[in-house]
Amino acid sequence: MTQALINGLVLGANYALMALGLTLIFALMGVLNFAHGQLYVLGGFVTYYVFTVMGLPFVVAVLASIVVLAIVGFLFDALFFRRVQQRSAREESSMLLAAGLALLLESLILLGFGEKQRGVALSVSGVYQIFDAYVPASRVVVFVVAMLAVVLFILFMRHTKPGRVLRAIAQDRDVTALQGVNIALYSGVGFAIGSALAGLAGSLLVTIFAVNSGMGTAISIKAFIMVMLGGAGIVSGAIVGAFVLGMVEALGYAFLPGSVTYLVIFVGLILFLVIRPNGIMGKPWG
Amino acid sequence: MRISGMLLAAALGVTSSLMSLGAHAEDKVLKIGQLGVMSGPSASWGLVSRYSAEALAGMINDEGGLSIGDDKYKIEIVSVDDKLDIRAAIAGIERLAYQDKVKYVIGPNVDDPSVAILPVLEAAGVFNISYGFTKELFMEPNKNTALGMIATYQTAPVVYKWLADNKGVKTVSFVSWNGVGGKANLDSGLDAAKKVGLEVLSSDAVYELGTTDFFPVMGGVVKANPDLIVLSGVSPAEAPLLIRAARELGYQGLMSTETAQDAKVLEEVAGSLANGFISLGGASSPELQSEYMAKFRDRYVQVAGEWNDEAGTKVYALYMLLKTIEAAGPKAVDDIEAFKASLPQFETANPFIKDQSVKLRWVGNSWFGQPRQISVPMVINEYRDGGFQTLFVTSVE
Repeated sequence: MTQALINGLVLGANYALMALGLTLIFALMGVLNFAHGQLYVLGGFVTYYVFTVMGLPFVVAVLASIVVLAIVGFLFDALFFRRVQQRSAREESSMLLAAGLALLLESLILLGFGEKQRGVALSVSGVYQIFDAYVPASRVVVFVVAMLAVVLFILFMRHTKPGRVLRAIAQDRDVTALQGVNIALYSGVGFAIGSALAGLAGSLLVTIFAVNSGMGTAISIKAFIMVMLGGAGIVSGAIVGAFVLGMVEALGYAFLPGSVTYLVIFVGLILFLVIRPNGIMGKPWG
Repeated sequence: MRISGMLLAAALGVTSSLMSLGAHAEDKVLKIGQLGVMSGPSASWGLVSRYSAEALAGMINDEGGLSIGDDKYKIEIVSVDDKLDIRAAIAGIERLAYQDKVKYVIGPNVDDPSVAILPVLEAAGVFNISYGFTKELFMEPNKNTALGMIATYQTAPVVYKWLADNKGVKTVSFVSWNGVGGKANLDSGLDAAKKVGLEVLSSDAVYELGTTDFFPVMGGVVKANPDLIVLSGVSPAEAPLLIRAARELGYQGLMSTETAQDAKVLEEVAGSLANGFISLGGASSPELQSEYMAKFRDRYVQVAGEWNDEAGTKVYALYMLLKTIEAAGPKAVDDIEAFKASLPQFETANPFIKDQSVKLRWVGNSWFGQPRQISVPMVINEYRDGGFQTLFVTSVE
C-alpha cells in the first residue's frame, strides 16, 4: 500500500507538469491542443540531444528544451492558430489544426531523431526505502524539480504583470482587449509558456521514462484526462486532476488486474463527467 | 524533303524503340512490399524491418542485381505503414497487391494485422513473411504466409529449460502488454513454463501500450520475488523501462524476453541495471557475424543513420525471399505457386554468420504441418555493459 501511495504521488507530480501547459493554452485560446504530447516528446529529445549527443550539462539541456519549445509554441500561435481563429469562429477548425500539427510534429521528430527509444541517465543513483516502499533518488530529484516548477508557475501567474494579463485574457478576452492589452502578443506568450511547460516536462521525465517519437498521442490523452478531471482551463484543477489520475493509476495497478485499470479509469471519467461536467474545480478560470 | 523527313522520323522511332527495349532489358525491377508499423510508439518494429530490407536490397543492387533465369533484376522495396491498425493493414496490402503489383510482402510485425490481410493474400496471390506468431497463420488452409523469425512458443521452452538447468530457476512471473499479441505471447510463455516445470507465481501484470511509468505495474511482480521475470513479447521501447522499474524496486533475480532488443537502447535507458538481461538475438554479435553481416551493418547505418541490433533478426526475410525466387526460376517472379512449390527442397548457405555449416531453409513442418518458417538461427543473448554476449545458439527444429 505504501509503495502504491508513493507511486501515485510521484506519478501525480510528473503528470501535473504534463497537464499545466495544456490547460493554460486551453484557458487562453480555447484551443484543445492535440499536439501537446508531441511538444512533450520534442522537449525530451532536445534534452537527449544536448546532454547525451553534445555532452553539455543537464541544466543547459533543460534550458535548451524550455527555450526551443517556447519558440515552437510562439510560432505555432503566430503562424497557425492565430490565423485560423481570425478566419474561422468555429472551434473545430482550431481542433483539426491541432490534430494536423500533432501528426506533422510526430513525423518531423521521427525524421529528425529516429525511431529508437532515447533515455538520459542522470548521475543521481541510489534508492531510498520508506517503510516497505522503494523510491529511486532520480525520481525524488524529478519530483522536487517538478513541484518547484509548478510553484514558480503559479507564482508567475498570480504575482507578475504578464501573469495577471494572461489570467485576464482567460477570464474575458474582449474586455481585456478594451483595456489596451495586445491580445495577439500575449496569446503568443501564453502559447509559448504552455509549450515550454510541455518541454520542461519532457526534459525532466526523459530521465526516468525515456522518450520515443510515437508516444505523444498517449501523453496527450493522459493530459486531457487530467484537465477534464480537474476542470478545463483551471491551473489548480489540472494539478488536482494530475494527482487524482496518478493515485488512481497507481492503486489500480496495485490492486486490480493490469488490463482493467484504464478501463476503470475511463468508465469512472465518463460517470464523473456526467455528474460534474465542469470537473472537480467546477468553474471557469478565476 | 517530305520523304527524308519521314525517313528521319522512322529512324528516330526505331532508334527510340530499340533504346527503350535495351533500357527495359537492363532495368528489370523486382518489387518487394514491406508492410509494418512505422509510426506511433511501436514504430521501431516496422522501421527496422524496412531499413533492413532497404539495406540488403541496396547491397544486392550494387552487386549488379539478382539473377533470375537470364535476367538481372534490381530490387525495389515498396513500404507501407500499417500503423498497427488492421484497417490500415488491409488498405496497405491492397495497395501493394493491386496498385504496385507486388507479389511478395515482408511484414506485418504483429498478429492482428497479419490475420487481417489473409483474405487479400489469397485473392491477389501474394506471399507474405509475417512477424506475427499466431500458429494458424502458417497452417493449412493458409498457404501464403510464412514466419520470418522465431516465435515465443519456440524460444520460451528453450530459454526456460536453459535457465532451469544452468541458473537454478524454479519460479517465474510474467509481465505482458494488453492486446491480442501480448495475450498470445503470455499464453505461450505460460505453457512453456509449465512444460519445463517452473512454478508460475504471477501472470496478471498487464500494461497498456504507451505506458511510461512501469513502477505501478512492476510493484506486485517484484513483491512475489520470483527467480525469473519474463517480459512477454516486450518491445525495445518498453523493455529497458520495465527492467529499470524492477531493479529500482529492489528485484535482484533474472529477467528475460523472447523478443529481439537493441543494446544501445538498453544502455541509454537502463544502463547497468540491464546487465544480465536475456533476449533473442540475431547474427550481429561479434563472435557470430560473418564479413557479409559486417557489410550489412555498415549499409544499414547508411540507410538508418544508426545500427539497431533487431536488424540481425530481420535481415533474413528479404534474403530468403530473393534466394528462393532465384532458385525457383523466372516463373516465380509473378507466380507465387512456383515459389511455394520450391520451398520444401530449397536450401542455401547462411551468409550472415561465420559457421558455414548452418544452412538457411524453409522449416516449420513439425510446428505448422508445412514448411512456412525461415530457419533463422535461435541466438540467445545476454546484455552486459553496452553489448550483447551470445549464451548459446540453436535452431527451431
